[in-house]
This record gives sequence, structure tokens and C-alpha cells, in this order.
Amino acid sequence: MSTERITKKITFKTFRFNAETDYLPYFKTYEMEVGKDELVLDILNRIKWEFDGSFSYRRSCRHGICGACAIKVNGKPVLSCKQNVWELLEIFKTDTLLLEPQNKGRAVKDMIIDRSDFWEKHAKLKPYLEAEIDEHPEEEIRVSPKEAEALLEADYCIQCGSCYYACPVVEVNEEYFGPAQFAKAYRFNADVRDNAKTERLEKVREMGPGVWDCVKCMECAEACPKDVNPIEKITKLHNQLFEEGLAQDNVATRHAVGFKHSIVKHGILDEGELVRYSEGNIGVLKHLPEAIAMFKKGKIIMPWNMPKSKNLDEIQTLVKSSSKVKF
Amino acid sequence: MAELKYALYTGCTARESTPELLMSTLAVAEKLGIELVLLDEASCCGASHLQDFDDFLSLVLNARNICYAEKLELPMITICNTCQLNTAMTKERLDNDDDLKSQVNEKLAEVGLEYKGTSSVRHFLYALIDDYGLDKLAEKVEKPLSDFNVAAFYGCHNIRPSHLHTEQNGSEENPYNPTSLDRLIEALQGKSVDYESKNKCCGFHADLQAPKTANRLTGTALLDAMDNDADMMVTPCPLCHLNMDVKQHAVAKEMGRDIAMPVLHLPQLIGLALGIEPQKLGLQHNVADVTFV
Repeated sequence: MSTERITKKITFKTFRFNAETDYLPYFKTYEMEVGKDELVLDILNRIKWEFDGSFSYRRSCRHGICGACAIKVNGKPVLSCKQNVWELLEIFKTDTLLLEPQNKGRAVKDMIIDRSDFWEKHAKLKPYLEAEIDEHPEEEIRVSPKEAEALLEADYCIQCGSCYYACPVVEVNEEYFGPAQFAKAYRFNADVRDNAKTERLEKVREMGPGVWDCVKCMECAEACPKDVNPIEKITKLHNQLFEEGLAQDNVATRHAVGFKHSIVKHGILDEGELVRYSEGNIGVLKHLPEAIAMFKKGKIIMPWNMPKSKNLDEIQTLVKSSSKVKF
Repeated sequence: MAELKYALYTGCTARESTPELLMSTLAVAEKLGIELVLLDEASCCGASHLQDFDDFLSLVLNARNICYAEKLELPMITICNTCQLNTAMTKERLDNDDDLKSQVNEKLAEVGLEYKGTSSVRHFLYALIDDYGLDKLAEKVEKPLSDFNVAAFYGCHNIRPSHLHTEQNGSEENPYNPTSLDRLIEALQGKSVDYESKNKCCGFHADLQAPKTANRLTGTALLDAMDNDADMMVTPCPLCHLNMDVKQHAVAKEMGRDIAMPVLHLPQLIGLALGIEPQKLGLQHNVADVTFV
């Protein structure tokens, strides 16, 4: 039996930066023979052990549960300790891989970033169970399997930050809580033992930091190494706001509700009316320059010409019988 | 090859603010001999907002739309990424949850419909690539795009989440380095532009609530394409198109830089290469100047 080890020669373009000594970051290239079972974490170790002892990165559990070793490879968020290297070659059809920290702007040293923004926002949404529990209980508080299912596995989150640092809204709006934070808020809001649901919902409904600023890009769903699907939890928080009667009357909530009004009337969406309904009669005026540009190009349909779906009566019947939420 | 025939779910935008998308889709299909049956009965998909308010209602309405493709015994195609996501997501949820499916069918029965799950739901882009074939498309090119650097802008809802994309669109696409649109540009003999923002978000779904966020995301993508020498951009999504084309002026103001970037819908770009007159492709409806063609 042959004991020869099959390897592939791979080039790793690696982000290097020391905030204390470097003015700018740079990339250093390491070439190595990589076996089929090696993980990204093995490569980080080998860079440190075989090339440069000053190379820095976070690592701890090596079992995909501590979330410390999350980085980006070719732009894809990965847990270093779970991601096979050959698989990445297959995904990217390449023999060169780019190793970068989760957010280059927050780099402290090489792969290590300052995650304080992540934790500070996390703390603001009460990421813990708030319940009045007898100091010396005589029996446990029971949660039925069905009640536990309502968590939708949001409790699988390991706070690795993969979704947070993949979120484009986090990049451009520094107040925005972020997908991991919302998933955690949902995790406790959905817990039957918890008493802080209203308090959390009052925070997540705020315009700017809250759920209404989500752009629905699905980056968080793609990034999560534990399949938590944060955007599903963001949708659930939206739903809870309406269910609990905590949705405020503003442009964002009217925008969501406006779809229903339009569908009842036309089947398809009346785009102009949706904007007017969402913004209100005065707010809508700020869209005038675009509306004029669109009108000149034949992109605006006048209300009297608004097309309707065929068999509109079916749609109206379904909206009437299937609607479960009121605003 | 068997004749290609699809049920076309146009979505709302193609019938209202981007009439050029519907015109060019029909013109390209006609030229390629692809038969499209318009689903005039279809309603809005809820555009990923209705579900925030009423998830069940959104499922019922999307299921109803698919029913009409099933009645025709045709695969459904979409020409809007968000229609694709919402319709495909509905299909995935119903096909994998019998309980949910029967709840939805109970409602649909009130109007004499039943969701069965027999029609596939794919975006026109992938139907073109996988069913029609890029080689065959390349043979039909009359006006090669060889003078142009074209930046492909994929739009989120066609490529993410990737498991949904693979299952429903039935096509391999790496969401961190998508290639389908780039391959299509090359088949039309254009030069595809390599730039970082091609798979990023334009922010459309926060346009009203968070205009600054939306403008900055759109602006980043437009400038990235510009800085990488793109002559024009192309997108398979009319919502991306609205942000990149109609809002270009507002976006330029937010970013503090001049932006003049022609942005074409996918079928407009194909149509030009196939030699279809610009008028038939609705180029007169584009807001950013496209007179170079």
C-alpha cells in the first residue's frame, strides 16, 4: 500500500497589518503543499509555525463552537476550524486563496480585528433570559418541545460575527444593530420563559438601528456557518412588532402594509400609490425630481391607466380569508 | 432541440416603471424562438416586504401565482430577482412542509385552485444559459459587443441564499464569485469587467426607510464599475435597475462624485447584440443616457 501523501500546491495571499507599527496593511504571499484534509486553521497555524512566528489570529475550541477563528477567504466568511481548503479551491476554481480578517477596517493585527462594536450592540438587545425565577425553585420551568421549536434554532448562534461583518448595512450605518444581534433578540423573544420581549421590540423597531433598515440582501443567511438564517429571524421580529401591536405608524410599517392595500385594489402593485401611502402626502414630495425624470421617460403609469391582474376577485377573496395580521 | 416554452411571471415593475424590461424580454424571446405565455392573472409577490407584515398571506398569493403556471403545465420564469426569490422561497417551503402546503391549499380551494409543486421557478437568465445555451446564443450575435467593457451586476435575490439558487434555479453559481452574467457577456463578445461590487447589494429594499443607506450602496457599486473602466452595466433585476439608473443623480450627490453610467436590463443587452432595433428594446425609457448605442 502506498503511503505517499497527495497534496496540492496552493498560494495564500495573506493580509498583514500591525496597528501599532504599520501605517498601511499589506499582503504577503505564502506557498505550500496542502493535503486534502487540511483546514484553513491548519494553514493559519502553518503560516505561524513555518513562515513567520509573528503572524496573529484568534483560535480556541477547534470544534466550530467558540466562533473565535472566523475570517474571510476570497470574500467568503468561514470558520477556519471547519472549512476544508481543497473545497475552497473547488468553489472558487483557483489555486490562489486570499486570507483576510472579517473586516479590514477594524484590523488590529493580521487576522485579529476589534470586535467591540459587535459586542456593544449585542449587549444593547438584552441577549439573555429575563425571567422572575424563585431563588430556591422546587421544580424546573418546563419548556415543551413545541415551544422550543419556536426558537427556530436561533440558539445555535456562536457569535462568530460572520453575518455581522458580511452585512452591507453595518458597513454604511454604524448605528445598525446587525443580523447576529437581531437573531439573538429573536432567540429570547421566542422563549416562553422570557419577560423582556416588549423591551427588545421597542429597541428593534427604531429607525436607523432597527430591523426596518435591513436591505434584505441575504448576505447573513449565506454567511452563517451554523445555518441560523438571521434574516428569517429579522422577518420574525417584524412580524412580532405587528402581532404585539408595537409597530409604529411610520414610513417603514406603512411600506410593508401598503403592499396589501395595493394588492387588494389591483392584484399587482401600484408603485406610485405605494410610495405615496408609505411617505404620506407631504413626504412623497421629496421624490418629485425622480418622478419627473421617470415621467419624461414614460416610466410612470397614471392612476386611471393602472393595470389590474386578471381574476382580481380571486385575489380579493384570498386576501380577505388568508390575512392573519391587522395594523 | 425541442421548442422552448415558458410561463412568464412579469412582476409588477416590468408592467409599470420599467416597461423597457418587458418589451426587451418579449423582443429577445421572439428573436430566439422562445415562446412565452404571460401570466396576466398573477399578483404582486409582496417584494419581500408583505411577508414582514403577513407571512401567510404572502405565501398564499405566491402559491396562487405558481398555480397558474402549473395549470398551463409550463415551467415558470421570472424577470425580476425579487420575484424569483419570493416565488422560489414559497415553492421551497411548500414542497418541504406538507402541513403548510395543506393550509395554503385550503385557502386556494376557495377560488378553485390547488398548488401541486409541478412547475419549476427560474429566472430568465438561467433558462437562457441552461436551456437555450450560450453557444447557440453566441451564434445568433449580429452586432458583437466587442467595443464595450460591460460590468455585470448580479443582484442579491438571484444568487443568495445559494442553496435556494441551486435547488430552484437549478444552476451552479458561487455567490462570492458569480460567473453566469459574465459568461453571457463574453458570449455576446463583450468584455466583462472584473470588479468587487458585482455580487453586492444595491440597497433597493431600504430606499424609502433608509435612503442614505440605499444611496451609498448603489453609489459604491456604480463607482466601482466606473473605476474599473466599465462602459456600461447590465443587471437581470429591475429593482437594481431602478436604483442604478433612475436614482443616479441622487446617488452621485450622496457620493460627492459625478456618475454617468448607462445601465441596461439583461434582455436589452442581449437584444442589442442580436441586432434588434433599440426602439423595440425600449432604450427610450432608460433614464441614464444610453445614446452611445
